[in-house]
Amino acid sequence: MAKPTRGFLGRGKAARDPRLPPGQYDAGDQWPVLTAEVTPQPDLASWSFSVEGLVAHPTTWNWEEIHALPGSAYSGDIHCVTTWSKLGVQFSGVSVDTLLGIAGLEPTATHVMAFSSTGYTTNLPLADVSGGRAWVVWEYESAPLPIEHGGPARLLVPHLYFWKSAKWVAGLRVLDHDEPGFWEQNGYHDRGDPWLEQRYQGD
Amino acid sequence: MTTDRPTGDPWQTATVTEARPETRTAKTFRLALPAPAPRLAGQYYVVRLTAPDGYTASRSYSVASAPNDSGEIELTVERLDGGEVSEFLHDEVVVGDDLEVRGPIGLWFVWEAETPAVLVGGGSGIVPLMAMLRLARQSGQSDLLRMAVSVRTPDDLYYANEITGPETTVAYTRAVPPSSTRPPSRLSEQDLAPLLLPDATAFVCGSPGFADFASGLLLGLGQPVEKIRVERFGPTS
Repeated sequence: MAKPTRGFLGRGKAARDPRLPPGQYDAGDQWPVLTAEVTPQPDLASWSFSVEGLVAHPTTWNWEEIHALPGSAYSGDIHCVTTWSKLGVQFSGVSVDTLLGIAGLEPTATHVMAFSSTGYTTNLPLADVSGGRAWVVWEYESAPLPIEHGGPARLLVPHLYFWKSAKWVAGLRVLDHDEPGFWEQNGYHDRGDPWLEQRYQGD
Repeated sequence: MTTDRPTGDPWQTATVTEARPETRTAKTFRLALPAPAPRLAGQYYVVRLTAPDGYTASRSYSVASAPNDSGEIELTVERLDGGEVSEFLHDEVVVGDDLEVRGPIGLWFVWEAETPAVLVGGGSGIVPLMAMLRLARQSGQSDLLRMAVSVRTPDDLYYANEITGPETTVAYTRAVPPSSTRPPSRLSEQDLAPLLLPDATAFVCGSPGFADFASGLLLGLGQPVEKIRVERFGPTS
C-alpha cells in the first residue's frame, strides 16, 4: 500500500460500494462523455454492422436486420478508465454470441478487432466477447442510446474498462492474433480488466 | 506507433514546489519528479491520493508546462464542487507536500512541433494546449501553431499574462476586457477562419458540449474530420 497522502481521509473504505473496482468512484446520475474524435452524425439508413475476417460466413446486418435477431439485455455496472463507474445500468441489443454464431468462427480465431464508423478500433480476446459477456446495444434504460454515448449502436463489454465498448461500432474483424487498437497503441492496456486495474500498458 | 511498456511500479512520489492560482477556480501545482520521463506536449499525469485506511482516489490532469529537462511538471487543476481530488488539491495541498503521480500518459492528443496545428480550447480545456503553445514559443516554432481560447470573462482566462501573441485569439463569451474590440459572443467561424493553417491538425479540448460545438465550426470551415483530435474533459474532479 502506498504511503498515505498528508491530510487525505477519503470517503471511507467501509462505506464504499462493493460493486466499485479499486480506484473507481460512483458517477451517480452523471455519464461523462470522453471520446477522441468528432461525434459523427447518425444515419440509420446507411448504418451497418459486419463480422469479417476469420469466419465461415462474413455477414453484414443493416439496422432492420440486426433488430430482427433475438434480443439480449445487460443489467449491471460499467467502469471507465478515467475512474468513474456507473452502477446498475441497463442496455439492450443483441448478444455478440448471436452475431459470431451466424458468421461461424474459424478454428484459428483467437481475437477480435472492433471497429467504428469513425475509424476507432479496440482489440479484444475472443473469450471476452463470447459466452454472454458482450453485446451490440442500441438502447440505454429503455430509450435509444444517445449519439454522444455511441448511438445508434455501440459495443458493450461491461467487464472491461469502457474504452473497449467501442462507440458507433461498425463491426468486428476476427483475427488469429492480438494487435493493439486505438487507445492500446496510445498507451492503454491491451485487456483492461477494472478489477486488476489494467489501465495502462505495463499494468 | 510504438508503445512504452514500463516495468516495475509506475507510480512515483513527487514534491510540490509551487502552488499558484490561475483564476478563482484554477490552481497550478509545480511538481518535482524523482523519476522524470521524456514527455510530449498534450500529455497528462494521474494524481493518486491515499487515505490512512488504504482508500485511494485518482484523477488525470493535463500538463501545462512545455516538455523540458527541468525534472518538474506543472499541472493546472480546476476546483470542482464536490470534486474529491480537486477540492483536496486546492484546499489542503501546500508547497513541500508529497503527491503520488504516474505519467506521462497519452500518445494521441500530442503535438511535437513538427507539423502545423490549430488549437481550440474552451475554459479549462486550455491546459494541454498551453503545453503546446509554450513548446512552440520556446522552440521558435510559433509559425506552425495557432490557438483560439473561449472563456466567459477575463477573470476566467488561465495564463492570462502569457496568452497574448500573434498566434493566439481569445473569444470572451460574456464580458470582455477594456482593450478588446471583439464584442462578447460565442466562438465563431470568423474567429477560427484566420487560424486554419494549411494541412494543420486541429486539437480541440474542453467540455463535451464545447468540443462538439468547436468541432462543428472546424468542419464547417473545411477542416477534414480525420484531422481533428478531441479531448473531452469529463468531471475530472
